[in-house]
Amino acid sequence: MPLVPASARATRDAVGFDARTLLRITAMAFTHRWRMALAIVSTVIAGLAQIVIPGLIGQAVDHAQGLLGDAAVATAQVRAALWQTAWLLVAAAAVRGVSTMTQNYQGEAVGHLIAHEMRLAYYRKLQRLSFSWHDRVHTGELMTRGILDIEGTRLWVHTGILRMVLLLVLIGGGSAYLVDVDPVVGALALAFVPFVGVGATVARLKLRRLWFALQEELGVLTRVMEENLGGIRVVRAFAAQGFEMARFDVISRRALGIAHRRIAVFVKSTTTMTYAFFLSMTLVLWVGGERVIAGHITVGELTAILAFMTILQQPVRQIAWMVNSIARASTCGGRLFEILDLEPAIRDAPGARPLEAPVGVLRFENVSFSYHAPADGPPAGTADAEVPATLAGVSFEVGPGKVLGIVGPPGSGKSTIAHLIPRFYDVTAGTITIDGTDIREVTLDSLRAAVSVIQQDAFLFSSAIEANVAYADPWADRSAIRQATETAQLHQYVSQLPDGYGTLVGERGVSLSGGQRQRLAIARGILPQSRVIVFDDSMAAVDAGTERRIREELAEFTGSRATIIIAHRLSSLRHADEILFLEAGRVVERGDHAALIASGGRYAELHALQTDPLGHTVGPGTQERES
Amino acid sequence: MSGDAPRQPLPPHLGRRGRRAPLAVVGSQVSYEEEMFGAAFDGVVVRRFWGFVRPYRRLLAVAVVGVVIFTLTQVMVPLLVRYAVDHAMAEGSGEVALLRAIALGFLAVVSVNYASNITQELMVGRIAGHLLFDLRRAMYRHLQDVSLGFMDKTEVGRLMSRLQGDVSALQEFLETSIFAIGDFVLLLGIVTVLLTLDVRLGLLTLAVVPALLLVRLVWLPRARAAFLRARETSSAVNGALAENVHGVRAIQEMVREPVNYTLFEDKAGENLRSHMVASRYSNAMVPVVELLTGAAMAVVVVVGGSMVLDDALPLGVMVAFLFYVQRFFDPIRSLTLQYSIMQRAMASGQRIFEVLDVPVDVRERDSAQDLAPDAGASIEFRDVTFGYEPGRPVLERVSFRVEPGETVALVGPTGSGKTSTMALVKRFYDVWEGQVLVGGHDVRELTRRTLGRNIAMVLQEPFLFSGTIADNIRYQKTEASQAEVEAAARAVGAHDFIMRLPHGYDTELDQRGTNISLGQRQLVSFARALVADAPILVLDEATANVDSYTERQIQRALARLLEGRTAMVIAHRLATVRGADRILVLQDGKLIERGNHDELVAHGGLYARLYRLNHASFDDL
Ligand SMILES: Nc1ncnc2c1ncn2[C@@H]1O[C@H](COP(=O)(O)OP(=O)(O)O)[C@@H](O)[C@H]1O
Ligand SMILES: Nc1ncnc2c1ncn2[C@@H]1O[C@H](COP(=O)(O)OP(=O)(O)O)[C@@H](O)[C@H]1O
Ligand SMILES: [Mg+2]
Repeated sequence: MPLVPASARATRDAVGFDARTLLRITAMAFTHRWRMALAIVSTVIAGLAQIVIPGLIGQAVDHAQGLLGDAAVATAQVRAALWQTAWLLVAAAAVRGVSTMTQNYQGEAVGHLIAHEMRLAYYRKLQRLSFSWHDRVHTGELMTRGILDIEGTRLWVHTGILRMVLLLVLIGGGSAYLVDVDPVVGALALAFVPFVGVGATVARLKLRRLWFALQEELGVLTRVMEENLGGIRVVRAFAAQGFEMARFDVISRRALGIAHRRIAVFVKSTTTMTYAFFLSMTLVLWVGGERVIAGHITVGELTAILAFMTILQQPVRQIAWMVNSIARASTCGGRLFEILDLEPAIRDAPGARPLEAPVGVLRFENVSFSYHAPADGPPAGTADAEVPATLAGVSFEVGPGKVLGIVGPPGSGKSTIAHLIPRFYDVTAGTITIDGTDIREVTLDSLRAAVSVIQQDAFLFSSAIEANVAYADPWADRSAIRQATETAQLHQYVSQLPDGYGTLVGERGVSLSGGQRQRLAIARGILPQSRVIVFDDSMAAVDAGTERRIREELAEFTGSRATIIIAHRLSSLRHADEILFLEAGRVVERGDHAALIASGGRYAELHALQTDPLGHTVGPGTQERES
Repeated sequence: MSGDAPRQPLPPHLGRRGRRAPLAVVGSQVSYEEEMFGAAFDGVVVRRFWGFVRPYRRLLAVAVVGVVIFTLTQVMVPLLVRYAVDHAMAEGSGEVALLRAIALGFLAVVSVNYASNITQELMVGRIAGHLLFDLRRAMYRHLQDVSLGFMDKTEVGRLMSRLQGDVSALQEFLETSIFAIGDFVLLLGIVTVLLTLDVRLGLLTLAVVPALLLVRLVWLPRARAAFLRARETSSAVNGALAENVHGVRAIQEMVREPVNYTLFEDKAGENLRSHMVASRYSNAMVPVVELLTGAAMAVVVVVGGSMVLDDALPLGVMVAFLFYVQRFFDPIRSLTLQYSIMQRAMASGQRIFEVLDVPVDVRERDSAQDLAPDAGASIEFRDVTFGYEPGRPVLERVSFRVEPGETVALVGPTGSGKTSTMALVKRFYDVWEGQVLVGGHDVRELTRRTLGRNIAMVLQEPFLFSGTIADNIRYQKTEASQAEVEAAARAVGAHDFIMRLPHGYDTELDQRGTNISLGQRQLVSFARALVADAPILVLDEATANVDSYTERQIQRALARLLEGRTAMVIAHRLATVRGADRILVLQDGKLIERGNHDELVAHGGLYARLYRLNHASFDDL
């Protein structure tokens, strides 16, 4: 899913380079005042030292040649002068070396520091952004931003700012020097600079566009590869390898095409810049040579000019890199800031207080909710067509020692209720209270600590079983972990593994069976002993026998807590104090088991389906025989 | 949980700030051969790499010729200047005509330089681009075939880093090695020219080279260690970031943000420090090189100058020397840099070829056939023993036969091996012992395509791809019409909810389909299997997250759809199971009971117990 609607992207792209982003990165760099000051000062010194060197070279040539024509100057004196020039050259080289080193190092250091800050800010921001935002963004996209975009931004300090300073010093100081030596030849020597400048600007815009296009295409490629590898079982199950390869090839070929075009533009611009430089040099050699012959300048001076050009060649060639880095930094920086500037839709209200020693009385009062309400950041703008609310006017109360059951067809809003309790999403209307306080008025951390939701498709981390169980409370001691695992009926399995609790569960728990995964999630959910506990269809893959054992073990635990059980197996709900039958986001029936059965409605029908031995329940096979 | 002592109700870490959480980690903990900087030259890697370069050898030849010409023209530039100084601008005997000729020659040389420059850069860029995509494709292609056993153990992020990072490292290697040729030529050219112009001055000037090499030799191993460390810490940071991205919901749910942030800060801090160290190393060489350059120039100035004074050296030669010295260290510097790049490339190459070498255990045999249309959709297990790890069988000597048109249910406690059984029918894995037959043929003798076409499967985990719902439903049968898609959706009772979505069948699903509920995902993945229209249907808890009412609707629709088809069904809810023609009961990987519902209930074994369990809670009403 693109983060920004395609149209918005196109316009932002066409605007070209984004001064505000660059300024902002630059401002970040300048928070490291001393390092930046040092870097810039060294850059200037390095530039000046470089300008001095051609002069010294020219001087040496003049010394060496000077005597040939003028015997009046004593040879010894000339030799002394040569020695002096040599020492000055060594000194200039040393100064240049040390200052270049400082410039590079400090430039890179500031870059790394910025990258570090951005990385931390990015990590933290991702942690905070609400579910509604994460729902819409692809993980591959977030990884790209977190790796490549930070890299692109980081390089700006070093390859952007400092190189620009160096170039300014070289060209500024250099032209002063050149004009001083010989205005005509000096001007010729610098003639290539404007061509390069214009060429670079044109190339910059093109490259930026191509860079954008390439990034998009590679993003798609990454997404396709990631999903393919993540869903490899589905791919295999449907023998869809051919289809997947075809899809890969289409995107890959498109990306390659753009990459080629990008290289062509880049190469053309860099080589043309070099050519312009050499053409300038040709003119200098010709015109300068004639002026030497005419006696206006010395061979030494011509040498100095040529030497200066040689020195200038490298940084001028790097203009292209600089352009690249400008394009890259403003793109990458833009994409990063886009996220860093988002305000999580769900955050602590001003003056929110922690929920202290909660009792755990949870109330829904006329709660309505829709997933299409505005999410984080600026309004999405793309208001979808009329969508019915996901929940409408749901009310209930569940307190310590009580159990609320929820049943309903898929999509009726059961999980949504579970998501609203820890404020993964905020209600659109109505209120949810805990111990009488609106959950939007307490701090998120304390609310979420007081509530434990065991998700139907729990995400397991790629670490040891014990670290997974103790995820909510990494300080938990071994006995607590073991107890939770025993309650979840998983201890027996874990203890017969060769590495026991230290066994690593693979990515998303692939090496566990579905039921084992769910039981691990249950152990993890009950470990923190929260006041309110929600089981969101979390035993669907567990067989009835195991489920009953879990329920028996849990009885004592849930005895003093508010419990919500979402389930399809009605035997799980039989003991609930109240059962809600949810349909299309509305509570259509409510009451305890006996009352619901007695009322003969939808619940009773479900019940009949599950208990009636062979009555009107038909399996595929039965029908098969009947037909 | 017994002994329910009410504990700290606040998030534990809020009360215990400052103490490191002993059990908290971020990032994957799977230990993993961190790449080592291996030899700079690994014959095997290079040979195999060459296999990928071969198709582009024409372009490559052009690139190499371009590089050489480019370099030679560069070497010629100071020579031309020298010629002009010594012949056209000689003291008192300047020749404007000669100067103009030389300037024209210069123009010609730089024009050739331009042309060769474009050629080499373009060719190198193109080849490298192709190579990047070819290598990636080869790996990706291979990953489509490697056994699931490998895929289960390997994190997607790891594979992605090979598909992206390592491939780029090899691309960089190719680029730099072509340019390295240029550097070599440049170095050789400069040395030759210096020695030809004047042996004595040449040797004296070149005297700084051993000094540089010596310093470089001391520096290299340390720098390399620093670079390696920087790369390692980077990959650790990226791993932790990936975890934060993928597991963000679980992290927020369990209020792990502060703990994880602290851990991440540590990792990021280490990364920062190691990069600073690496940067210090890479820049430490700068003043050394500059100083040596200065020294070489000083030698030319003092010695060369004196020689010119003594008329032992033409002035132009001194000028040329000064130019060469300025550019002299560039190739040396980049050549030594290339050494590290090469090492990295070899490591990356190894990692890439490692992926390409992952054995395809479950390989389609050359003799594999398609199932004949009249083969009969039977499934048979003959004495099958299978497991994921050696010595720990998950299924033991399982035998059964499902006749064409029959519906067989598989029940058993969690972890008893039901899903594994289904995986074997599809030949996701190969059996250790025994045989799995579909349509009377060992699955190892059948093509992948035929297994795909003849067996449709609803996996326990309803994985959906991002894309529209309709695209997902017609995943296998891309040519399926809208009517077929809708019919399948209707059969599983998904049509109504899909029509209520903002864009109906064209609603885009988010990654893994998280914008519809799990039950709905299950229905869509069910519809996906139905559209495939295969004679055998395998359902692994396909309706576990669906209510019994919807389930019954599905069963009714299925009854029609399954006419004449074979089905294997895993379910926990006995209502789903008891209508099957036969029921197989698995426990701890062994098939312990079989028969129809009534027989099994009468038998009084595990099935009867499970059956009663499901009802026990209702019985005492
Ligand atoms: N992240 C989401 N974004 C948009 N719509 C959603 C999202 N999650 C669920 N929905 C929709 O909200 C409705 C209720 O979903 P849910 O509460 O998960 O149902 P269930 O009762 O099966 O648990 C469904 O129609 C589903 O498509
Ligand atoms: N990919 C895997 N790698 C290693 N072990 C696995 C893998 N999948 C399942 N197992 C193990 O095999 C056993 C059987 O699992 P499974 O067939 O999924 O059980 P069921 O479907 O009956 O619940 C379990 O103990 C499980 O931990
Ligand atoms: Mg299973």
